[in-house]
Amino acid sequence: MELTTKAYKQTAKKAIADPILQSALAGLQSRLGPATASLYENLPEGPDLRAKAHAYRRKAVDNLDIMLVTLAGKIRENGGEVHFAATAKDAVDICLDIAEKNNVKHVVKGKSMVTEEIGLNRALMDKGIEVNETDLGEYIIQLAGEKPSHIVAPAVHKTRKEVGELFTEKLGTPYTDDPPTLTRDARQALRKKFMAADMGISGCNLACAETGHITTVSNEGNIRMATTLPRVHVAFMGMERIAANLEEHQAILRLMSMGAAAQQIGGYVSYIGGPAAVDHADGPQAFHLVIVDNGRSRILADEEFREMLCCIRCGACLNVCPVYGKIGGHSYGSAYTGPVGAVVTPLLGGINEASHLCQGESLCGACRVACPLNLNLPRMLLALRAKLSEGDPRWNVKPKSRPEKMLFQVWSRINQNRKVYDILLKLGRLIQKIMPSSNHMIRRLPWPFSGWTQSRDMKPLAGKTFMELWKEHQGGRS
Amino acid sequence: MMYKKKKVTLFIQCLVDTLYPEVAEAMVSVLEDLGLELDCPTEQTCCGQPAFNAGHQSEARSAAKKFIELFEDAEVIVSPSGSCVNMVKNHYPDLFSADSSMLERARAVAAKTFEFTEFLVDILKVENLDARFPAKVTYHDSCHLNHCLGIHLQPRKLLANIRELEFIEMKDSDKCCGFGGTFAVKYADISSAMLEEKVQNIVDSGATVVTGCDMSCLMNIQGMLSRTKAQVKVMHIAQLLSAK
Ligand code: SF4
Repeated sequence: MELTTKAYKQTAKKAIADPILQSALAGLQSRLGPATASLYENLPEGPDLRAKAHAYRRKAVDNLDIMLVTLAGKIRENGGEVHFAATAKDAVDICLDIAEKNNVKHVVKGKSMVTEEIGLNRALMDKGIEVNETDLGEYIIQLAGEKPSHIVAPAVHKTRKEVGELFTEKLGTPYTDDPPTLTRDARQALRKKFMAADMGISGCNLACAETGHITTVSNEGNIRMATTLPRVHVAFMGMERIAANLEEHQAILRLMSMGAAAQQIGGYVSYIGGPAAVDHADGPQAFHLVIVDNGRSRILADEEFREMLCCIRCGACLNVCPVYGKIGGHSYGSAYTGPVGAVVTPLLGGINEASHLCQGESLCGACRVACPLNLNLPRMLLALRAKLSEGDPRWNVKPKSRPEKMLFQVWSRINQNRKVYDILLKLGRLIQKIMPSSNHMIRRLPWPFSGWTQSRDMKPLAGKTFMELWKEHQGGRS
Repeated sequence: MMYKKKKVTLFIQCLVDTLYPEVAEAMVSVLEDLGLELDCPTEQTCCGQPAFNAGHQSEARSAAKKFIELFEDAEVIVSPSGSCVNMVKNHYPDLFSADSSMLERARAVAAKTFEFTEFLVDILKVENLDARFPAKVTYHDSCHLNHCLGIHLQPRKLLANIRELEFIEMKDSDKCCGFGGTFAVKYADISSAMLEEKVQNIVDSGATVVTGCDMSCLMNIQGMLSRTKAQVKVMHIAQLLSAK
């Protein structure tokens, strides 16, 4: 997918013009946003839990090296293998290597965003390996050859009818748009894939250093099957997804379920610590955990953005974001969409390259209120914009939009001097007289303000400023 | 009343100063009716919010410095604009995080700056201003006011005490109107789509007046109401509170 301002605007425009998508997005937001908010209000531990969970996450991120070493040690003790991948390519290569050594031909996957981030599916398929997504939403978009458009509801942009037609075409089932029947059709097709697979791939919602396990959450049980049926299980985790101990792990996991789907806890929660062994028969023959950096160390090293590593990708911010609610997930052009994507995608993929994401938000602050961990996304959006204004060699950011900067430099000068400011206002009052207007409102503004009058009229400058009126008011009184 | 004897210094948003002076006059009349002594530094211009939100921190910093110099002797600072108060309260300290003496001054100014309805309800403990305004009115929660300053109930309490005013809560009153400063101009399509939803909710409410505590959002809303010739008037809450 393209990461440019032009592509962003074009995809957004298309999304805005699509009535089916608009009603799907509105439905999603009106269902999940308020439901999540009401769960937060009724937390049995009281609202403090969110601040506490933020502190737990922060502690884990601040001590990431120790946490990861502890986790890796425990998993190795239990017979699992742990790999550290510095880049997306390293992560992919590790997986390809495991696949080759184990003579893997068929892969089933549980939903995982980090594998989307590193482009794993493509790489496996290029090696002739069949890859099947098993989360219903992911399966649908895989059949359609599309990308996820929501973090927890990847196929929210598709209607029942579209899914029905897709299944008829790709699975050869009789057409229906009845969701239970569609689910059954998908389940039957997927059962065969599960039975045939020799490798299962999953993400990791949260790991726990103390116990040395990773946790996956789903509502369909598909991840449980993908991680236990095949011979080999490879789990991918972003290196920040870890909690220090079980107590903290449990609090964060509950908040994640609330943020993601307004649930107290996800339907299927699996704790996975290693392969099957003599004393516990369940599980695959081999278990590998791939811990992915791919730009996260750089975020970790910058105090301004370290908070972003506390994110647990629950998607609660998407369900309240008014921009996401209009443009949908595909406009973000990355694995991470909505407000979280607007911050994380530039940090991982380049701030200049994804400048439109941090700038194309209204800074309304709804995401901050909705985030189960109270992450301050607007603050980080502002910090990214500041880098774009002035450039930052540490992040390889080149200053963007010189003309805009110059405009603000001029503005700043004028703003410093009320006399000059007043003279320009007088000039403005003269100029506005020649602008097209009707009913005391200006109909068209010149560049660079023309975007404003695309859909709105503009209130003209008043005959006198309040400061002038104030001076008269004071004069009259004394 | 805690501030009865203190002098109130007026912090007038640049949009109000230059486009909607009648809003500032309405606020003045409410405050004067309460017997407060007012003061207004007439050298004030813009608080720097548009520059700050667009990322131009050095330009925003010079605006902030000017503001601090003009207002630091004030006893209490009151503004008819939520987003500008948020700028002073929450972002001025950020801007000077690397300059300890300016930081201290920024914090001192931030601590005595209040939004108009917040000042009336939380500080003066006044909820009834004996106003009368016979109309159906709906209220738009501006984002910075609501999400950043937590000001949500104060305006509603004041509106509830206006005689003959019928208050109608619109759908999603707390959803962003799509203004966002330069966002409205740079991403006009997205901004317009957000605004369309807001305007639809206003019209659907059946109100004849939409009010709020921030002329930035209200200017945005007014722009589309005017373009679509909707029969809904835009008024700042101060104008309703000063009506007799
Ligand atoms: S920023 Fe907060 S709400 Fe958004 S995905 Fe991350 S944790 Fe969830």
